[in-house]
Amino acid sequence: MKSNSRLMRRVIAAVGGLGLAVSVSACGSSGTTAAAGGDGEGGGKLNYWTQQDPTDPVLQAAVDSFNAADDADVELQAFASNGYKDKVRAAMGSSEMPGMFFNWGGGSLDDYTSAGLLVDLGEAVQANPELESSFLPSVLEIGKVDGTLVGVPMRGTQPVFIFYNKQVLADAGIEPPATYADLEAAVATLSDQGVTPFAVAGNADSGWTELMWVSYLVDRIGGPEVFERIRSGDASGWQDPAVLQAAEEIRSLVDSGAFGTNFQSVSYGSGGTSTLLSSGKAAMQLMGSWEYATQVADSPEFAAEGLGWVPFPAYEGGKGDPANVVGNPSNYISVTTSADRATAFDFLETTYSEEYVQGLVDAGEVPVTTNAEELLASAPNPDYAQFQYDLVADAPAFTQSWDQALGLDIGTPLITEIQKLFNGQSTPEQFVSAASALQ
Amino acid sequence: MVSQLTAPAKSDVTPQQPPRTRRRVAPSVGRPGVVWAVPGLVFFALFAIVPMLGVAYLSLTDWNGLGSPQFIGLDNWRRFADDPQIVQAVVLTLVLLAGNVAVQLPVSVLLGVWAAGHQRNRAVLSAIFFLPLLLSTAATAIMWRQLLDPNFGVPAQLAGVFGGDGNFVGTSRGAMIALVVVTSWQFVPFHSLLFQGAARAIPHTLYQAAMIDGAGRVRSFFSITLPQLKNTLVTSGTLMVVGGLTAFDVVLVLTNGGPGTDTTILPFRMYREAFQTYDYGYGSAIALLLLVVATVVSLLLTRLSGYDKMQSTQEGV
Repeated sequence: MKSNSRLMRRVIAAVGGLGLAVSVSACGSSGTTAAAGGDGEGGGKLNYWTQQDPTDPVLQAAVDSFNAADDADVELQAFASNGYKDKVRAAMGSSEMPGMFFNWGGGSLDDYTSAGLLVDLGEAVQANPELESSFLPSVLEIGKVDGTLVGVPMRGTQPVFIFYNKQVLADAGIEPPATYADLEAAVATLSDQGVTPFAVAGNADSGWTELMWVSYLVDRIGGPEVFERIRSGDASGWQDPAVLQAAEEIRSLVDSGAFGTNFQSVSYGSGGTSTLLSSGKAAMQLMGSWEYATQVADSPEFAAEGLGWVPFPAYEGGKGDPANVVGNPSNYISVTTSADRATAFDFLETTYSEEYVQGLVDAGEVPVTTNAEELLASAPNPDYAQFQYDLVADAPAFTQSWDQALGLDIGTPLITEIQKLFNGQSTPEQFVSAASALQ
Repeated sequence: MVSQLTAPAKSDVTPQQPPRTRRRVAPSVGRPGVVWAVPGLVFFALFAIVPMLGVAYLSLTDWNGLGSPQFIGLDNWRRFADDPQIVQAVVLTLVLLAGNVAVQLPVSVLLGVWAAGHQRNRAVLSAIFFLPLLLSTAATAIMWRQLLDPNFGVPAQLAGVFGGDGNFVGTSRGAMIALVVVTSWQFVPFHSLLFQGAARAIPHTLYQAAMIDGAGRVRSFFSITLPQLKNTLVTSGTLMVVGGLTAFDVVLVLTNGGPGTDTTILPFRMYREAFQTYDYGYGSAIALLLLVVATVVSLLLTRLSGYDKMQSTQEGV
C-alpha cells in the first residue's frame, strides 16, 4: 500500500541517516593505545622533558654523551616555557608521562608526590652517595618533599638580591643600602631627585615581583621559621607578628614613594622594570639573578659597566640572619614511575659531572655543586658568578620563592592579596586575615 | 473553461470508491526532514551536550587533574556563598558587557552603514578597517599592553602633556576602559561586516520614497536604516553578549584580573580556578553558573526583541 511504502521509506532513511552519523563519529575515535613506558622495558626510550631555555644545549650535550657512553636511549624534549607546567600536569598520570622532567622542586612537586607518581631518589643515593654529597645542602633540601628526596638539582641557583644603577646612585651621592635604615634614607634622597627609588612590576601578571619584597621582609623580621610554619600547612603562621610588621613596612614604603606612583601598570622585563633601571629612571630593583641576563640582552653596555648588585639589607632588631637568602635554590630533575629506574639513576650522575657543570658555568649559570667554585673563574662574568656562589654557600637558610613552595592553589591567590596590599586596596591587617583564610 | 455543471454528472455514476486524484506527496519530497539534521545533531550532542554533562558531573567532585575525581556533592556550589569575589566577578562581567555593547554597537552600525555605500574608495578603506580582526587576541592584547605602558607608552607621552604619572592600566577604572577599548578595536570590524551586508540589502525604493517625502539623511537613517537593521542588531547583540560572557583571553593577557581583583570577570575566574590552580571542581561549578547566566540572557534577548517570531523587515515593501 502507498502509505506503507512511504513509512518504509522513512524508516530506511532514518536508519541510514543514523548509521551515517554514527560511522562519522566513530571514525574519529579510533583510540590511542596505551603505550606505557613501563619499568620492565629496560633499554626503552627514556623521555626527559624540559623548558625551552638558553641552557638547553648543555642538557643536550649531557644526554648525547650519556647515550654514547651507556648505550642508552634518553631523549630530551624542550617545550615553550609558557605552557610547560600545564603540559607536564596534563601528561602526569597518563600514558604520556615523561620518564624524567625539569621542575622547580619544593611545593611544585607536592601534588605529584601525593599521587605517587615520583620515584624516591633515596634509593639512588644509597647506591651512589656522591649524588647527595655533591650538592650544597641547603639547595638539596628543596628537592625533598616531606623528607623524601624527589628531585636532584640540575641548574644554577637564582638568589634574589638588589640590582642598582651605579650612575644614578653616584649622582645622588649615596651608597647601596646595607641596613634597612640606609634603605629608607636612600628612598628619601632619591625621591627628592625625581628618580624612582625601586622599580617594582605591580602589573597583575608580574605580581611575583612584589612577593619577593614580602618574602625578604618576613625573613629578616621573623626569621625563616615563620614561612616554614606556613609552608608545612600551619595557617596560624600567618598570625605571627612578623607578617603584620612586614605588611606595615610595605605600606610605609609605598606611601613614602619608594616604588613611584605608577608601579601598578608596570610589567617586568625589557620595556618594563629592567628598562627603567637601565635608563636611569629607577635607581634599584629587587630581582632574581636572571635579571643580569635580561640586562645583557636588553642593554649590553649598561650590563657591562653600569649595573651593580648588593644583598638585601639587614633589618635592625630582626630575628632573621642578614645572610639568609630568598629565591629559587635551583631547578630540579625528577624521575617518574614510568621510567626505567636503572637508566634514570645512572643519568642522574651527569648532573654533577665536570663537563655538565662547566657547560652551565659557560652559559652564565652558577651551579650548586661542590665542584663548581673552582670553575667559576671561567664564567662570562666571574665577579657576578662568585658573588652569587658566596651568597648561597654562606647562607644559613635559603627560602624558596613562596609561590613555588606553597603550590599554585595557595600561591596564585596569595599573589593577588599581595597586590592588593601594595595597591592600597587592603590594609596590612586585612592582608594578614585574607592570607590566613587561603589555607 | 469546461462548465462546472457537467462534472457532478460524472461522479454520480461511480459508487463509493475514493477519488483517484493524485495525493499531494509533500512534505517528504523536496523539503528536508528531520533525518537530514541527524548528523548535525549527533555532532552537537557529542561536542556540546556530552562535555556539558561532564562539567556538571565535575562540579560535584573534587579533582586536581591527577588521579580520579572524588565525589563531594554540592560542596563546590556551597562555596559560592563563602566566596565574596564571585559576586564581584558577576558584577564586573555585566559592567564589562554593558561597556562593550554600548561602544561596539553604535560604532559598528555607523561604520557598516557607511561601508555599504558604493563608491570605490569605501572598499579599500573597509579592507583596512578589517585588519584588527585578523590578529589573534593574544597578539592584540600584548601590543596594547606595551602601548599602554606608563613609562614608555602612550600614557607616558600624554602625562608629559597633561600631567599625571601615566598610570592607566593599573587603576581600576583605567583597566576596565582598556579592556573595552581593546575588545572593541578587535571586534568592531566583524560587526561592521554584518551591518554592511544587512545595509546593502535594504531596498532603495524605501530611501527614494523618503526622499520624495522630504526626509534628510539623518531622518532616513533613524526611520529607515535602523528599523530595517533590527534583525542584524539582535544577531550582533547576541554574539556580543555570548562573547562577553565567555571571553577571558584579553583579560588574561592585558590585566590578568588586576589590579587586585578589579577586572576578575567570571570567565577569567573560571579559567584561573580550573587551569591555574587546578581546582577543576570549583572551576566547573563556575562554568555551569556562566552557562545558566548566558542562557538566560540569550533567551531574554530573543524574547524581548521579538527575534523568535522570525518577522521579516521586508513585510509590506
